[in-house]
Amino acid sequence: MKAFTTHRGLVGPMDRANVDTDMIIPKQFLKSIKRSGFGPNLFDELRYMDEGQPGADCSNRPVNPEFPLNFPRYKGASILLARKNFGCGSSREHAPWALEDCGFNAVIAPSYADIFYNNCFKNGLLPVILTEEQVDVLFKEMEAEEGYQLSIDLHTQTVTTDSGHVFSFELDEFRKDCLLNGLDEIGLTLQNADDIKAYEAERAAQHPWVFGAIK
Amino acid sequence: MTGRTLYDKLWDSHLVKQNSDGSSLIYIDRHVIHEVTSPQAFEGLRLANRKPWRLDTNIATPDHNISTDKSERDAGVAGMTDEVSRIQVQTLDDNCDLYGIKEFKINEMGQGIVHVMGPELGATMPGMTVVCGDSHTATHGALACLAHGIGTSEVEHVLATQCLVAKKMKNMRVTVDGTVGAGVTPKDVVLAIIGKIGTAGGNEHAIEFAGSVFRDMSIEGRMTVCNMAIEAGARVGMVAVDQKTIDYCEGRQFVPKGEMFEQAVAYWNTLTSDADAVFDTEVILHADDIAPQVTWGTSPEMVAPVTASVPRLDEQPSEEQRKGLERALDYMGLEGGQAINSIKVDRVFIGSCTNSRIEDMRAAAAVAKGRFVASSVKQVLIVPGSQMVKAQAEAEGLDKIFIEAGMDWREPGCSMCLAMNADKLGAGEHCASTSNRNFEGRQGNGGRTHLMSPAMAAAAAVAGHIVDVREFVGGDQ
Repeated sequence: MKAFTTHRGLVGPMDRANVDTDMIIPKQFLKSIKRSGFGPNLFDELRYMDEGQPGADCSNRPVNPEFPLNFPRYKGASILLARKNFGCGSSREHAPWALEDCGFNAVIAPSYADIFYNNCFKNGLLPVILTEEQVDVLFKEMEAEEGYQLSIDLHTQTVTTDSGHVFSFELDEFRKDCLLNGLDEIGLTLQNADDIKAYEAERAAQHPWVFGAIK
Repeated sequence: MTGRTLYDKLWDSHLVKQNSDGSSLIYIDRHVIHEVTSPQAFEGLRLANRKPWRLDTNIATPDHNISTDKSERDAGVAGMTDEVSRIQVQTLDDNCDLYGIKEFKINEMGQGIVHVMGPELGATMPGMTVVCGDSHTATHGALACLAHGIGTSEVEHVLATQCLVAKKMKNMRVTVDGTVGAGVTPKDVVLAIIGKIGTAGGNEHAIEFAGSVFRDMSIEGRMTVCNMAIEAGARVGMVAVDQKTIDYCEGRQFVPKGEMFEQAVAYWNTLTSDADAVFDTEVILHADDIAPQVTWGTSPEMVAPVTASVPRLDEQPSEEQRKGLERALDYMGLEGGQAINSIKVDRVFIGSCTNSRIEDMRAAAAVAKGRFVASSVKQVLIVPGSQMVKAQAEAEGLDKIFIEAGMDWREPGCSMCLAMNADKLGAGEHCASTSNRNFEGRQGNGGRTHLMSPAMAAAAAVAGHIVDVREFVGGDQ
């Protein structure tokens, strides 16, 4: 997995609460059997004026001039600034895949839906949680300054603005470790193979109906 | 020591290892697989030269992406007209064949929406951990399972290790006591709960649904409720074991028989929260306050009793809420203050993992019987949740009732709940839908979804607009 240590980049806005995963990547693109290539269809229904189709070239589609992420000033953004409960709805990992494929390395929001939050860490995408007040400060600074950039340091768990704010954020220790080191979680779990086998043997003795029925 | 909640018990009994960094390794008993979120996981296994840890834990079926049209379905996977979809379903078949994973293929008896199929085959049983690459996996919690959706990386993780790295959630109890009135269904109860706590209300929590309303509810009704826990932000929803749970499981295909069944029942009967268990968050609703519910907006929390009106812009407490409401009303083509029952519907969808079981079919048929779809309604799709539900409904003659009422009787699948196949809304069309999400574009680009119960959706089909089902079936207004 891709590691995340520090990142400095341009900030782009998604200024609404409860952004759902259908909005992040609409269902027709879930027909793909690949992990990559979802970037051009990120926020497809908001970003374009027509209806997107899987596999179609997006370079000549009519873009929605009112959608902020289409503004020239946010072109190349790598940090998405968002509102509360970002990523609610379905479990589709295509949502972080699309964000990552579109060039985003981090999202900053006051809260996330649980499954989306979890999925981000599997893909080297850092979901930063700040307070609503701190997110408000960042939105105001971003709107006031073209080319607005932020620095994120996962080691120190801080978001730093050029104006001098340093906002700390929390995350679980094991998630931080995996992300900092780009660890293969499956490989880590398999280091516990003996524990898993021991658990299985005990469980099979106690609850035998859990094993063997499906053939 | 204080007592444990049902969630605590399920967690403790699946804990393989507690790691020093605060994470835990949790054992997964049942893994349900479908075509949309699994191909990249199988690909990942192959790239890392890994194999599934266990085979007898997995059960697969195609559901999200398949046609519900009989002529196309009869031609099987090879006959799927959408090439991209066909490749995805074929990939599931190929992966299951390659690894020897049990799959109920496109037209086999047993096939169905993953969350209808698992319980009805007895593949999910009380006390299990159940995961699936689909957020509505909480459905299985109706059988006192610890069940939740996972992403594709975790699908791969479970395939390879039979475990997940997890962090324990907080406990929430939602209690609804009393008795619901005529025409008020499990769907109305869960929509009322979401209306009360909001779509993020259950974030980071596992919800246990408790109280007389859930005790009185059938297992299928409990599935409808647990299914929508995720719409309240909770990955996990569940109901404790009682005699109904055990009666539901007995005799199903993968449930043990004889002495082993008795042994299982003895364990299953322990799957309740202790009387002195403490919940981090308690929510209480009263059955008397719950009328048939309808969503008017673009989030499941934008819900109201059918007797109410769409909220008004000038009544919003904050500018942020006013902006959110304005955007929702604009998308939905509604005016603040408009009566809910004045909303006309263009299409009706009765199906989805929320409401496609036999009791849902019966409830819709009871309203449709002897009536006819309003001439202004373009289409009414009735999509049974599984081959077994379809066969049972046809044995009861429900298909004929629907067809005589002018409705389409379809083949099992997810259909217009997420509109990955050809079943979708046109831009601007209003739909009375028994599904679970009314997000922008969910049922088709520009489509406008109104979530409600099967009986309410059938009544809307007949009336041509949203209507209080109690006007059709009697009961208190």
